[in-house]
Formats: sequence, structure tokens, C-alpha cells
Amino acid sequence: MFSSLLQAIVSGLMTGSLIALPAIGFTTIFAVLRYPSFAIAAYMTIGGFAAIYANQHFGMGVIPLLLLAAVVSGLVGLLAEQTALAPLRPAGALTAAIGSIALNVVLENIVRFSFGNDLQGFDLPIHPDMRFGPIRVGTQQLQNLAIAVVVMGGIFAFLRFSRFGRAMRAVADNDDLARLKGIDPKIISGVAVAVGAALAGVGGVLLGMDTSIDPLTGYRVLLSVFAAAVLGGLGSIPGAVVGALAIGVAEEVSLLAVPATYRGAIAFFAILAMLTFRPRGLLGERST
Amino acid sequence: MTSYVLFTLTIGGIYALLALSLNLVWGMAGMVNLGLAGFFAVGAYASAIATGSGAPVVLGWLIAIACGVVAGLVITFATLRLRDDYLAIVTLGFGEVVRLVALNERWLTNGADGISGIPGPLKQSLGQTGFPIFYLILVSAIVCLVWLVLRRLDLSPYGRTLKAIREDQELTRFAGKPVLRFKYEAFALAAAIAALAGALYGHFQSYVSPDHFQSLITIYIFLAVTAGGVGRPLGAVAGAYAVVIFLEATRFFADVLPGLQPVQLAAVREMLVGAALLVVLLWKPTGLLSERIAPATPRTGSP
Repeated sequence: MFSSLLQAIVSGLMTGSLIALPAIGFTTIFAVLRYPSFAIAAYMTIGGFAAIYANQHFGMGVIPLLLLAAVVSGLVGLLAEQTALAPLRPAGALTAAIGSIALNVVLENIVRFSFGNDLQGFDLPIHPDMRFGPIRVGTQQLQNLAIAVVVMGGIFAFLRFSRFGRAMRAVADNDDLARLKGIDPKIISGVAVAVGAALAGVGGVLLGMDTSIDPLTGYRVLLSVFAAAVLGGLGSIPGAVVGALAIGVAEEVSLLAVPATYRGAIAFFAILAMLTFRPRGLLGERST
Repeated sequence: MTSYVLFTLTIGGIYALLALSLNLVWGMAGMVNLGLAGFFAVGAYASAIATGSGAPVVLGWLIAIACGVVAGLVITFATLRLRDDYLAIVTLGFGEVVRLVALNERWLTNGADGISGIPGPLKQSLGQTGFPIFYLILVSAIVCLVWLVLRRLDLSPYGRTLKAIREDQELTRFAGKPVLRFKYEAFALAAAIAALAGALYGHFQSYVSPDHFQSLITIYIFLAVTAGGVGRPLGAVAGAYAVVIFLEATRFFADVLPGLQPVQLAAVREMLVGAALLVVLLWKPTGLLSERIAPATPRTGSP
């Protein structure tokens, strides 16, 4: 019993680290643009498929695949946001959110049109699982965890030290003051969307390398991504990481008791519980 | 051909009820419900299960409405006092969770196989030709009734308060209105209408399964309400029939676009729905039959 619990916690931290990247992307877009972008699901799927295509046709390795996915998803996100969603934002956060759902449907179906509904897997060398006493750890999972940690480190450094990162935090904090300081909110929202979508794309590749990928890959984990962001506090980037790890562990541990298909439901109940008892999240801003 | 037209119009009526529900929540009160398909499913399953265990059809519908209200209150219990974007996330989650429950709780919902043999009211005595006509009249009458009630609500002080909440919650609260209570009531009433639509759907099709309640339905209804006219019940109804006709028209794509795989045709169809919603939002966000705002009544008598 104890070892299966420990195993669930370890696996939970692994899956949580995969959810963390799109959750950071989602919460970054939310912090700067002030609306929940449901299109994050499509950005994940697009990143995954861009990488699958390059892997199957050009035999690219892991690192180039991740860079490619980040660039493709980032560009698609930027383009889609500027053409379809930017004009909706003045009408309010809800209108933009609804627009992002419509955008998600369009993008998802472009992927479905081009690649079909079948599951696709990466063609990468397979390594045996490693064992630490009673705990089993997949080498691929460990590699994904390492990649997620490196990407997160990069994004923290970007936000902390780069000019754009500081400007993004300023806009998220108080966009009127940021404008007074000569920061152009248009450029900053563009950077936020591109970074957010790129992170989602990298997350999509990691999810695909973990198992396989299909046009609904992003949509299927969307609730977990939301749960991570809400748990950590909408708009808080460290919160998104903590929330993702928490939701990963919560999902894996409760799978000891309920069937695996209820994964999304667990995320949903975590959201409901969090909103009931501590709506601003673990590390978040105020919520009303 | 006649049966096809009858079928399309009946589905149109059911979508019109869903559109009226969404219009009440979103168009009037300014809240969002991305889990409309979930409430639709709750109503359909509640009535199917109730009549399956011997309840008469009308009782099944009442049970469906009650389940819709309860689901609506449970979902909004924690969220309505928070910022609006939380409601978007929670309702979207609700729609997915209802599908998961319907797929997995086989003892209750028979899982992916769904529930078949849901009785149609008076189906035996009316026969194969009479029943569709009767059911179309029944659904249309219910649409008219709900529309009249919501139109009455729209014009009443209650509806004005909802619209005031949509425009500025703080100001409405300042004017002494119990904003939260209005929001709970509006959401619960809308959930009841969506659940009733689900019950009508189940007894019409005589079969429900989780596949019938894809989240895409919610997008259809958003398209119907935005295209028809946000905040005006008649616009929502007109939009719903227009969307059903649009959806049926896209069935003939296979003839127009030969050489595509079935999965590609399905993708094109969904893409068009999403694109249509984006275009309407961008181009005419008030819809074709937009809200009429009555001019303020001139003051009589001197101050």
C-alpha cells in the first residue's frame, strides 16, 4: 500500500511537470491579456503534430523537435490571436474567451483535416524503465521531467531578467502605469501570446512523447491545465507550477481508488473545491 | 422527405430551447455557460432513467427540470461570487464531467452503449406517421411558451435588473438589488430550460448516449445566440433554427467536395461552425435581431 502510494506520488510529479508548461502558458496569457484562452488546447496539439511530422519525415531528435514545436505553436498563436481575438478583447473577457473556444475548434479541425483522427507516436529510441527499490520510473518520463524543468528555468529567467519579461510583469501588474512608463501594451500582449503558445506547444510534444498524440490531445488535458492554473492562482506563474504538480499528484493518487477515465473529473473537483475554500489560489491575486 | 423536414424542425425547436436558456444566462444576465451540453445531457438522462423505471413521461420531464436546477445550483454555488472567468472554466469542466460520468457509470447510464427504448408520449396510439407531427407541435408549443415567459421576463423589472447586473454589478448592488440571488435564480432557471430541452430530445430520439452531448453542441448554441441577437429571446429562437438549417446544409458537402475522406468532411464541418462563430463575433456581435433598448419614459409632472 505504502509503496503504491509512493509510486503514485512519483508518477504524479512526472505528469504534473508535463501539465506545468501549458499551465504557465495559460496563466501568462491570462496575466497579460486578462481573459482565459481556451485555444491553449489547440496550441498544444499543433506543437505536438509539428514535432511528430518533423520526427517522422526528417528523423529529427528531441531538442530540435522541441524548438520546432515552440516556434510553430508560438507563430500560430501570435497570428491567430492578432487576427481573430485581438479585436474581441475590448468587448470584454468573456467575449474573448468564447472567441478562443471557436478558434480552438477551427485550429483543432485544421489538424484533424491534415492528419486524421488516428493516434500517432514519436519514433524515438526506447529505454527500459529504471527501478529505485519498489518505485518504477520511466526513462522517457525522467527525460520529460528534466526538459520541463529546464524550460521552466528558462521562462523564469526570461521574466525576471529580460526587458520583455520585466515589461510583461509590469503590464500584468498595472497596465496603465506600464503605459505611462512607455511600454507598448500591443507588443507586450504579442510577446505574451507567443510565449504562452510556445510553452503549450512544448507541453504538447512532451505529452506526445509520454504516450501518443491525436487531434484531441490538448483538449483532453485542458481541464488539468485549468485546474493547475486555478489551484496556483490565475495569473501567477510560480502558482501554475505548484498547481500543476499538485494536480498531477492528486490525479495519480485518486486513480488508486477510481477508474483512470475519471482523470478529468478529478481536475474538475479540485477546481470546485479550491474555488469554494480559497478562490484566489495558493499563490494568486484576488479573485472577485 | 416530409419526415426529414419534421425531424429537422423538431431538432430546431430543441435547439431553440437551448438558445433561450443561453440567452437568459448570457444575453440578459451577462454570465457565461460553457457547459450547456452538460445540462442538456443531465435532462436527457434524468428523464430517460426515470421513465425507464416506470415513471410516466410528464413526471420524467419534471424530474429532468428538477435535476437541471440542482446541477445549476451546485455548479454556481462556489463560482458566482467570483470573477466571471471562473464561471467559464467551471461550466466547461461540468460539461466534460457529465460526459465522463455518463460513459463510466454503467449501472446508471449503461455507459457508451447509451439508453435505448425511451418511450415517446402517445407513440403507440399515434403510430409512425402521427407521432412526429404530434411531437413537432408539442415541441413548438413548448418553445412558444418558454419564449413568451422569457419575453415577459425580459420586459419586466426582473429582466431589467438582470440587464443592469450585466452592465455593472457594483452599481446594481449599490442600487440595493441582491445581485447574487438574481444570478443564482437566472442560472438555475436557464439550467432548467436546458434540461427540459434534453428530456424532449431523449423522448424524441428514443435513444441517448454520451456521444449525443459533445461540447460542440454548446458552440452551436453560442453561434445561434450571437447570430440571432444577444439579449433578445426572439433572436435566440431565430438563430437556433438558422443554425440547424446551416448544419443540415453542411451534410451535402460530400457532394460538393468529392475526394475528401469522411474524417476530413467532418473536420470541415466543425471548422465552418467555429469560423462562423468567430465571424459573427467579429463582424456583428449584437446579432441580426439585436436587443431593443426602450427609451426612458419621459418624466410626467414637474420636479
